[in-house]
Amino acid sequence: MSDVISFLQPREKVLARRSTIIADLADLLPADCLVHEPRELVPFETDAFVAYRRLPLAVVLPHTTAQVAAVLKYCHRYGVPVVPRGAGTSLCGGAIPQEDAIVIGLSKMSRILEVDFANRTATVQAGVTNLSISDTVGPEGYFYAPDPSSQLACTIGGNIAMNSGGAHCLKYGVTTNNLLGVKMVLMDGTVIDLGGKHLDSAGYDLLGLVCGSEGQLGIVTEATVRLLAKPEGARPVLFGFTSSEEAGACVADVIGAGIIPVAIEFMDKPAIEICEAFAKAGYPLDVEALLIVEVEGSEAEMEAMLASIVEIARRHGVKTVRESQSATEAALIWKGRKSAFGATGRIADYICMDGTVPLSQLSYVLKRTGEIVEGFGLRVANVFHAGDGNMHPLILFNANDPIEAAKAEAAGNEILKLCVDAGGCLTGEHGVGIEKRDLMLHQYTRAELDQQIRVREAFDGQWLLNPSKVFPLDGRPQTAGAA
Amino acid sequence: MQTNFTAEQLADPHVAESEAILRRCVHCGFCTATCPTYVTLGNELDSPRGRIYLIKDMLENGRAADAEVVKHLDRCLSCLACTTTCPSGVDYMHLIDNARVHVENTYRRPLVDRLIRNVLAFVLPYPSRFRAALKLARMGKPFGPLLGRFSPLKPLAAMLTLAPANLPQPLPQQSRPLAVPKRGRVAILAGCAQPVLDPRINEATERLLTRLGVEIARPKGEGCCGALVHHMGREEQALDFARRNVDVWIEEVEKRGLDAIIITASGCGTTIKDYGHMLRLDPAYAEKARRVSALAKDITEYLAMLDLPKQESRGLTVAYHSACSMQHGQKITLQPKALLRNAGFAVRDPTEGHLCCGSAGTYNILQPEISAQLKARKVKNIEATKADIIATGNIGCMTQIASGTKTPTVHTVELLDWAYGGPKPDKLS
Repeated sequence: MSDVISFLQPREKVLARRSTIIADLADLLPADCLVHEPRELVPFETDAFVAYRRLPLAVVLPHTTAQVAAVLKYCHRYGVPVVPRGAGTSLCGGAIPQEDAIVIGLSKMSRILEVDFANRTATVQAGVTNLSISDTVGPEGYFYAPDPSSQLACTIGGNIAMNSGGAHCLKYGVTTNNLLGVKMVLMDGTVIDLGGKHLDSAGYDLLGLVCGSEGQLGIVTEATVRLLAKPEGARPVLFGFTSSEEAGACVADVIGAGIIPVAIEFMDKPAIEICEAFAKAGYPLDVEALLIVEVEGSEAEMEAMLASIVEIARRHGVKTVRESQSATEAALIWKGRKSAFGATGRIADYICMDGTVPLSQLSYVLKRTGEIVEGFGLRVANVFHAGDGNMHPLILFNANDPIEAAKAEAAGNEILKLCVDAGGCLTGEHGVGIEKRDLMLHQYTRAELDQQIRVREAFDGQWLLNPSKVFPLDGRPQTAGAA
Repeated sequence: MQTNFTAEQLADPHVAESEAILRRCVHCGFCTATCPTYVTLGNELDSPRGRIYLIKDMLENGRAADAEVVKHLDRCLSCLACTTTCPSGVDYMHLIDNARVHVENTYRRPLVDRLIRNVLAFVLPYPSRFRAALKLARMGKPFGPLLGRFSPLKPLAAMLTLAPANLPQPLPQQSRPLAVPKRGRVAILAGCAQPVLDPRINEATERLLTRLGVEIARPKGEGCCGALVHHMGREEQALDFARRNVDVWIEEVEKRGLDAIIITASGCGTTIKDYGHMLRLDPAYAEKARRVSALAKDITEYLAMLDLPKQESRGLTVAYHSACSMQHGQKITLQPKALLRNAGFAVRDPTEGHLCCGSAGTYNILQPEISAQLKARKVKNIEATKADIIATGNIGCMTQIASGTKTPTVHTVELLDWAYGGPKPDKLS
């Protein structure tokens, strides 16, 4: 296990009361909602950022908002930290617990409560998976736009916590642009509703504040999201280039020309090979870089947009242009892309970075990323949302080799700093979590960070909600506990 | 994922295999979404990722299995939906197999559980014992609801509920070679539970193949494929079944030649196709078992190679239920539906087709509550297609689904036999 990033010291008072806390939770919840046997806690010690692991004190899996409220009220009263968990797919350790914390898992709250086609909204419990919303409304011609690659498994609650994105967010925006309302439990057990079925609310945009707050302001138990009508048609097109730099420059020129396709995804050669081996989607193997550009609309709209993109791509020496010929082929192209991270597991362990840069810097950052990783003697595969400038270098290493693991982490930190220095930011869509916490001072000044901390404290003055995450442990107020 | 095994632990080939499988997993969590028990129970401990982690922790620490871990491993259906979903190619099947053997070797189950498992392992793989047991079960049927009230006895109640009220009798073999060009020579796995519960399936298979010019070999001495005990972690018993079948088929191959071993229950197909792996450590059998696995073909896989003529529409819609062992275990997804369409049936795919119906070998007996929930969900999805007929390729699914719906449930091959000149299946009359 890596130990570069430290967690808060467990609160001794909480550890000492472990058996009382478990007995009290057993009184608050039905038997199938509480996990506390030491063996059974182990699978909850991490999420998809598997390099870091901490056992929780207990796990609760409530069925209702009232049960979430009862647990939070109890934890508030006795000063017990809590760590919310959706599907545990976080790539930055957002759901990794700590020894003195209760994990509140939303996996049993997985019902779609209402689909309102007249108002184009769906109201769902927080444990509903992202994809199941689109699956439910798809037959009626609608979809929910944000589509993280883990959309099959990840939950709406987790998406809200991390303000998740996805390939199709280039045109439709990320979670915050598609979220209309939430039901949220505050740390003291109070249940509040923010927003509703309308686009904007009176007063401060608290919904905007909650979206992306990484489970530190409260626990969202229900969400109302926008549904969009499916386009008339959609077609992914593969553009193969002879170098990553050319592909990157092409993306910048397409967006710079005011053309916004639904998605522009980038894969370099190692990523193409990994994804092709898994999905057999027909990605060209004789190119150095690949763009998956999806256009949508009527046949005429798609043709017109494609023609403009092809013209720009030619200026960058595009080697192959191939349109998908069928719905099956289109599905395979996306399956390959969306499985890229997991498929990488076939050849190596990896950590996935999530920096975002201005498009004009894309080519430069790609080149430097390669040099940085090579400097550590490791390999990198790049697969990311190029239209958004949201980069995902996958640093490949051997997790059973502690020296390589440390090098991978160090390389990752340098890449993220590079993104910030290039005018971008540490995280495009995965969140800060534990992974990027100690880099926050590279992004913000102390004063800027303190301002965010004040917001956090307005909701959770005791620092009980997901306390080890987002803010560097140094420089926190006394209330936040010690490193 | 990082693993933590000593060189000494890795000297055991089963541990070494498990370690290699665990190293593939990147803990992404995709598998949770398509796991029937996670979708039903909403607890990561009852998901593939949770089980992988429980197994990892148990094996790394060289610990005996205990009640908590066994509870979650027992809830696994071995449907293998996770292996279809997994982008990293984690070989969950062999990991859970190894874990089940570890459980069997290191954990003493409560008395009633032990008894029920012993009975199942003693009865189900043997057709004559199974037939006799079903007769007894018919007499016991009225006591089912009573037994169901006592938690440890629920499996007994489930057994009684599942036992069919009457059993179809085998028909005399009518098939004899016809005057058509010979296209091949195959053996058909007789099976254990299937010929007792529904002899019509292999009768239809024989008739159809014979009409198509395929000679049927009848090697003597084959028995249960071993899947039933294999999934209980009773490795030695499973390997004995496998060795016996390997001997019978290899003798046939060497004396008279076989183009394929045809299997009409996809649950058995998954296991026979794995003989090569199961017996890899047995020098006397490794090579022979590999040959048998390579010859094993689901009936629809084999028929798809015969290029059957297209038939007129029959005006009937068929909901095709893909057994887990078919779609996830053997990755056969297209052929059965293509054959049915070609034979003149309109085919519909029920939604959530990837989810298990809850049959899963002896699962509907050992885990009756989860199984019942999965059955209800499956039947609801199938009935939503408003199809006239349900077709599937596994006896377990047929029994399970038929017990929850009035729509006739048949084996795919029964419809194909009918479409190509055979009799109309009994269940459709």
